[in-house]
Amino acid sequence: MAEYKWPAPAERTLIGKRFSRVDGPAKASGRAKYSYDYNPKGLLFGKVLRCPYAHARVTSIDTSAAEKMPGVKAVQVVQKAGTEILWQGDDVVAVAAVDEPTAEDAIRAIQVKYDVLPHNVSDAEPPPGAGEGPPGPMSEDDLDDALSNQVPEAQVISRLQKDGVTFQVTDDMVKELKGYGVPDTVINALKAAPYHPEAANQQRPPYQKMAAQTLGDPDKGFASAEVTSEGVYGASVITHCCLETHGSAAEWPSSDHLFVHCSTQGVSGLPGQYAQALNIPAGNVRAHQDNIGGGFGSKFSPDRWGIATAQLSKSAGGKPVKYMLERDSELMTAGARPSAFARVKVGAKRDGTVVAWQSNSWGTGGPAGAGSPPIPYVFEIPNQRKQHTAVRTNQGPARAWRAPNHPQAAVITMCALDDLAYKLNMDPLEFFTKNLEIAGPRAPIYKEEFPIAADLMGWKQKWHPRGDKAEGPVKRGVGLSMHTWGGRGHAGDCMMTIHPDGSVDIKLGTQDLGTGTRTAILIVAGDSLGLPMNAFSLNIGDTMYPPDGGSGGSTTIGGVSSSTRRASLMALDQLFAKVAPALGAQPGDLEAKDGTVRVKGDHSKSLSWKQACAKLGAMPLSVTGKNPGPGNLINSGVGGVQMADVSVDTETGIVKVNKMVAVQDCGLIINVKLAESQCYGALIMGISYALYEEKILDPVTGRMLNPNMEFYRLAGLRDIPELVVHMMTDPMNDNRGVIGLGEPPVVSPGAAISNAVANAIGVRVPFIPLTPDRVLAALEQQQKAGA
Amino acid sequence: MRAFEYTSPTTRQQAVELLSGEAAVLAGGTDLLNLMKDDVLTPKRVVNIKEIHELNGVHYGPRGMQIGALTSLGDLADHPLVKQHYPAFADALVEAASQQIRNMATIGGNICQRPRCWYFRSGFGLTPKTPEGKSLVEAGDNRYHAILGNEGPALFVTPSSIVPAMIAYEARIRIAGPKGSREVALEKFFKTPQAEGEREHDLQANEIVTDIFLPPSAGGRYAHYEVRQKEAFDWPLALAAVALHMNGNTVRSARVVMGYVAPVPWVSEEAAQALVGKTVTDETAKTAGDAAVSQAKPLSHNGYKVQLARVAVKRAILQAAKGKAEGGEA
Repeated sequence: MAEYKWPAPAERTLIGKRFSRVDGPAKASGRAKYSYDYNPKGLLFGKVLRCPYAHARVTSIDTSAAEKMPGVKAVQVVQKAGTEILWQGDDVVAVAAVDEPTAEDAIRAIQVKYDVLPHNVSDAEPPPGAGEGPPGPMSEDDLDDALSNQVPEAQVISRLQKDGVTFQVTDDMVKELKGYGVPDTVINALKAAPYHPEAANQQRPPYQKMAAQTLGDPDKGFASAEVTSEGVYGASVITHCCLETHGSAAEWPSSDHLFVHCSTQGVSGLPGQYAQALNIPAGNVRAHQDNIGGGFGSKFSPDRWGIATAQLSKSAGGKPVKYMLERDSELMTAGARPSAFARVKVGAKRDGTVVAWQSNSWGTGGPAGAGSPPIPYVFEIPNQRKQHTAVRTNQGPARAWRAPNHPQAAVITMCALDDLAYKLNMDPLEFFTKNLEIAGPRAPIYKEEFPIAADLMGWKQKWHPRGDKAEGPVKRGVGLSMHTWGGRGHAGDCMMTIHPDGSVDIKLGTQDLGTGTRTAILIVAGDSLGLPMNAFSLNIGDTMYPPDGGSGGSTTIGGVSSSTRRASLMALDQLFAKVAPALGAQPGDLEAKDGTVRVKGDHSKSLSWKQACAKLGAMPLSVTGKNPGPGNLINSGVGGVQMADVSVDTETGIVKVNKMVAVQDCGLIINVKLAESQCYGALIMGISYALYEEKILDPVTGRMLNPNMEFYRLAGLRDIPELVVHMMTDPMNDNRGVIGLGEPPVVSPGAAISNAVANAIGVRVPFIPLTPDRVLAALEQQQKAGA
Repeated sequence: MRAFEYTSPTTRQQAVELLSGEAAVLAGGTDLLNLMKDDVLTPKRVVNIKEIHELNGVHYGPRGMQIGALTSLGDLADHPLVKQHYPAFADALVEAASQQIRNMATIGGNICQRPRCWYFRSGFGLTPKTPEGKSLVEAGDNRYHAILGNEGPALFVTPSSIVPAMIAYEARIRIAGPKGSREVALEKFFKTPQAEGEREHDLQANEIVTDIFLPPSAGGRYAHYEVRQKEAFDWPLALAAVALHMNGNTVRSARVVMGYVAPVPWVSEEAAQALVGKTVTDETAKTAGDAAVSQAKPLSHNGYKVQLARVAVKRAILQAAKGKAEGGEA
């Protein structure tokens, strides 16, 4: 039996080296196909009528005129009369027609009446005492939101038992929840929950105060602190802004078989979700995706519009129907990162040792409010008192956004600590390094990373005490932040088939989010079988292939690299058993290297790969490697350090990033070039949310005011500075196994850039994005305080 | 987008005749098509004027430059005579939009483009109201709205980032209509609508802009300065264009034009007066910047724009005094 481990460093032919992505030329030349590009003959166009109000009840829907229009093939009511709509742009009716203009005309012909209800889109600081009353019974939306936002099970159960529900729990509902994997304990609590129908129509207060949490003895902690710092910090709501919007094309090859091309982060997870909603067996659903144009955590579900697309296709006799969100719908409805703000007090000994933390935080994730970000972040401060208030708004639903809650936690924590370092008259580099003892399990890696980052940034030359004393309006400064993430590989299968002619094919139901998953699989397979990357036929992105987990939480690289490694080693075991007699050796004495199968240590006994595979006889051999499985191939837990160098025009409040440095570990790195590439992308995304991105809602109409790419700003080429990435590669990191990298490098840019701005101008700009109005307001306050 | 009749005249006369009723002019299409897709404009007829070839091209002579309204921003930005004689105009051109848009967008379309006000672009009109009849801009989010000339009801800001520089060069435009053509100084072309339904310029429904004239610029010093959140394609938050005519070291006459601060390009007499008879120094430039915004009345969320406009004016003056495009970029 093979030993399931990674090849020793000296043995590696492909792993840990630098390769461009195999799908690069197809993408650069436009040949790569996205779900958006699926245009079969006879395709019908889907369109969705969306609610223009932020909060309303649908009172009536009349689709008769649309149904009679020539060219309209199907009309599907998505949310029927009586439904309460909780955000602008929510789906009400979907149509399919022969072309896009007809579909648009049909949408305009539909009459929907609404009872417009009062809305709240403000996530400003809750007034004192807000949200202290009982939250009242849970609505269906509350429950959905609690479940989809990973509110702890015990918390949901206790709420159901104590407060009850505003809706009747039906068998269908229970079945649906089970289909989504909701635990029985929650379902039982739901079934037993007291029913309060009278509460369904009551206007609920927007605030919900969570239970206060304490750790250690915060009072004593602050009493022992010799220096304290207080401030307010936070991050506004932003969107995912996927360049390929959400959507799918659906068709029914037969009356009970559905085939979807869906822009998704989880191909294998789709059938169950469609099957449940459409009442067909999951095995009758095929999902396919070649490439995806961005998901960032927002693309795991078929979504209401995706189910409607499938229903439209069914109504249209199974003809393919495609509906991809328009840019404005994408920004309004397809996901928002919750805001998080906090008033923080933090205390330290004179020598810089942090001893106490207190925070009153708030934020919104839309109708569900929002959970608290994990603050204080990274640092396990011994004495803490924390209180969080969730603000329910008609903001549109929150979705996981790359490293959910971590960027917000980093801004609140690292900016508060940076302000404390200022009060201590300490260089933040020295201050953060000093406190690494309480920096959790990754403390040793931070200790290695800080000096590397400082060197790459030129921190010693660039850092100065707060407030650049240089002449002129443009001030320069540096700042830092640090972050952590898990990243253990998800469950998944890899099927490898070796044919007697020597060809090898690999099938996984995984997806390549643009991170280089295809390339990584080929590197692992090639290194394991002693073959070049182009020796394989690799198939991913289809439910016809073995299932693989969704690509979220930095779990894909660990999942696919370990299942592929195991499949490769299993396949070699079987191949060696067939080949050994011909080489006069035992299977255990063989190795697959340099395109041959040969006896270890005696290369005179060797067959070419093709000759070796011919020994299989008539039948190919096929194996399935799994993750999890035997051997320790993957791990969890990374730590990274980032530094930013900025210039701030103090007359205009415009911030320009001059340079960013990211130093990051992620265990054994399969492809160093693409690992770096992922960090570059994260820094670019980080500069965008630190300086520009904000979902702006109108207080009067409740509408999103910038659902476009003019006023929802993303960094462009001229906004991107010198980016320096250093990956931690050494035997110690190699020995940990493979760990995911998608989330961690995007956590720190907001905090690092905010800290650099404070260093440049001598005052904290409390919230990101660091827009000119916010920067100028902070400068004005500083001037007033100084006057 | 709703169905419409498409016409493609080849002469000015045909175009003007076709522009009766609910018609819209299509040139580069970079603004009109978006407005139609968003259902903000729903013309019954679209009149493509790109086939009127005489509206294309640049001519330079002793009386200055004549620019056909269909000339693309890209062609103008690259034109050696534009760079040579109207450098501040060239600066504004090259900073406008993206290369792809500059390749399509025309200078006439740039002058006639509609405001970027997010209420207008959401279909609430140029003078949007709340259900109670109050100003929606005042009650809502007005962070990008007007700080000058905002007595109402129009509170949007003029959208062109190029027009202020053209006004600094004392541009005139020629307009063709049913009764022939007329000429108007570019700064007089723009109007603040006083009621919903009024336009933000004095182009009648059946008129088109055909030419732009820039007088010779010799002897003047010019500059264009934009305050933008992003360096890559972005709408300015405030901008200023300046023309200085010197008498030795002192300013004989000045023209200071601000963009993105008012419903029309804002020619500041106060700023010009503050400069006349003075040497341009940091101090006098700052005083002129202060004068430029002395009448500003910010709304609830756009107080910061007063500072941005002040700085844009100051920096444009300093840049103009120094000569072309030296320093000044933030």
